[in-house]
Amino acid sequence: MSQVLDTPPQPPAPAPADDDLAALAARHGLSVSGARPSLPAYVRQLWARRHFITAFATAKLTAQYSQAKLGQVWQVMTPLLNAAVYYFIFGVLLGTKHGVPDYIPFLVTGVFIWTFTQSSIMAGTRAISGNLGLVRALHFPRAALPLSFCLQQLQQLLFSMGALVVILLCFGVPVGVSWLLALPALFLQFTFNAGVSMVMARMGAKTPDIAQLMPFVLRTWMYVSGVMWSIDKLADKDSLPRVVTVLLETNPAAIYIDLMRFALIDSFHASQLPAHVWALAVGWALIAGVGGFIYFWKAEETYGRG
Amino acid sequence: MADNTNDKVPTVVADGVDIVYRVNGTGAGRGSATAALNRIVRRKKTEKAAGVRRVHAVRNVSFVAYKGEAIGLIGTNGSGKSTLLKAVAGLLPVENGRIYTHGQPSLLGVNAALMNDLTGERNVHLGGLAMGMSREQIRERYEEIVDFSGINEKGDFITLPMRTYSSGMAARLRFSIAAAKDHDVLLIDEALATGDRSFQKRSEQRIRELRKHAGTVFLVSHNNKSIRDTCDRVLWLERGELLMDGPTEDVLKEYEAFTGDKSAKPRPKVPVRS
Repeated sequence: MSQVLDTPPQPPAPAPADDDLAALAARHGLSVSGARPSLPAYVRQLWARRHFITAFATAKLTAQYSQAKLGQVWQVMTPLLNAAVYYFIFGVLLGTKHGVPDYIPFLVTGVFIWTFTQSSIMAGTRAISGNLGLVRALHFPRAALPLSFCLQQLQQLLFSMGALVVILLCFGVPVGVSWLLALPALFLQFTFNAGVSMVMARMGAKTPDIAQLMPFVLRTWMYVSGVMWSIDKLADKDSLPRVVTVLLETNPAAIYIDLMRFALIDSFHASQLPAHVWALAVGWALIAGVGGFIYFWKAEETYGRG
Repeated sequence: MADNTNDKVPTVVADGVDIVYRVNGTGAGRGSATAALNRIVRRKKTEKAAGVRRVHAVRNVSFVAYKGEAIGLIGTNGSGKSTLLKAVAGLLPVENGRIYTHGQPSLLGVNAALMNDLTGERNVHLGGLAMGMSREQIRERYEEIVDFSGINEKGDFITLPMRTYSSGMAARLRFSIAAAKDHDVLLIDEALATGDRSFQKRSEQRIRELRKHAGTVFLVSHNNKSIRDTCDRVLWLERGELLMDGPTEDVLKEYEAFTGDKSAKPRPKVPVRS
């Protein structure tokens, strides 16, 4: 018998009575089924499942367009068509572009970066409630699901960024050293997205109705995040209360969008960035990432409950 | 319950387990929208008034499973067998009582992790990772899994998407992936009913092997023959209560009398008593 015991071997005890099952379990070092692991143990378990997280993300991404005739071409086509629609409405019909140089690169960057946050949060909301079968059949740290969905969105974004580079070059935006800044900006945004989607995953697991509400919240968030217009321009000429401009400028989505624009578009100058932009970007990533993870872990044992 | 428990090592101990499902939106009264509002507003009030129905799926079940045992779970539909299994796996919380386990019991089943739009090959990798196998383990066992499933017997099907498989082929691949891992405590839910006769035989053989490596095997099945072939002890659940717990032959005889199973012929074998 290769039994693992913390206690030294004991002399054979008398047979337990039926009401003494807990003592029997304790004597043989059995643990309670379905208990929540400690935070360090949880992180270790999650790390051990890293290959599952990446494989699941890639599999989801590949499966997404596998029925379509054009297949993986849609990975690039979908964001491009999105950008085209926004350009038509906001650039041509409403004329938001006045005063913004390089409006198309400005808009497309905004749309792609915003879509990354939006779809990560949306996927996170459904990460547990939409995968109950998986949660109820297999053991793995549940945080693997929201993380995996965010990773899928990141992979999706990388396809979009490929398209974006082509658009930038077509519109004569020069390749610059500042393009390297896109990497830390993306990393911070991913951490932020993952944190928020873990919060939403826990809320969505308890109240699936939130998934119906989120599109409206996200759309409102999009319109105030300066995806199609420049917050900088608005703050300059309008006599908005100070609070509103501060709120608009500390909005994490707006920060990550503006950072990416600053990194990629040469006519988007540092003066257009809100103050302390990198500190804010790191701060939001830390608050959302760490806070979201702990918040999600706190309810680990309840996911998948009938 | 067996008497001489001293030299046996328990792997699963269920101590007075109750499992209750709560179902939202069954509508207390006619307008279920108002019932939903009621539910939100009167959160602290009794659940019944708020339109939440409680389904008491398992009632006060206690048992001890030991290392090396293969235990069958029987009972009519809706008697709580699968629910009990999920609770042992730690996937469903218990309302009252406790379930203690040695190591991590795992349900035999990866269906939920597999994706129909991916090839069989990628699903083998994905399913293995989902069960917690390492990449190296999967690589080592890949050939074994594919051969066992017999997917490639009729051509190179493993490189086709799973949605092109017949239901029998898909079921065989799922079982093969699920059975590729060694488990401490293995829980099997009706897995044997899949595939053709030759595959069922191979599955039973594989379960006996798994049992050798695993501490304990639980098997839920409506097929009394496969219970007889694989299990030496049977728990009979009815309406969530544990009706009988004993050697396979004894319990099955009672169960067949209960369900009025005429086709089951009395067996000449004398049941072994402990």
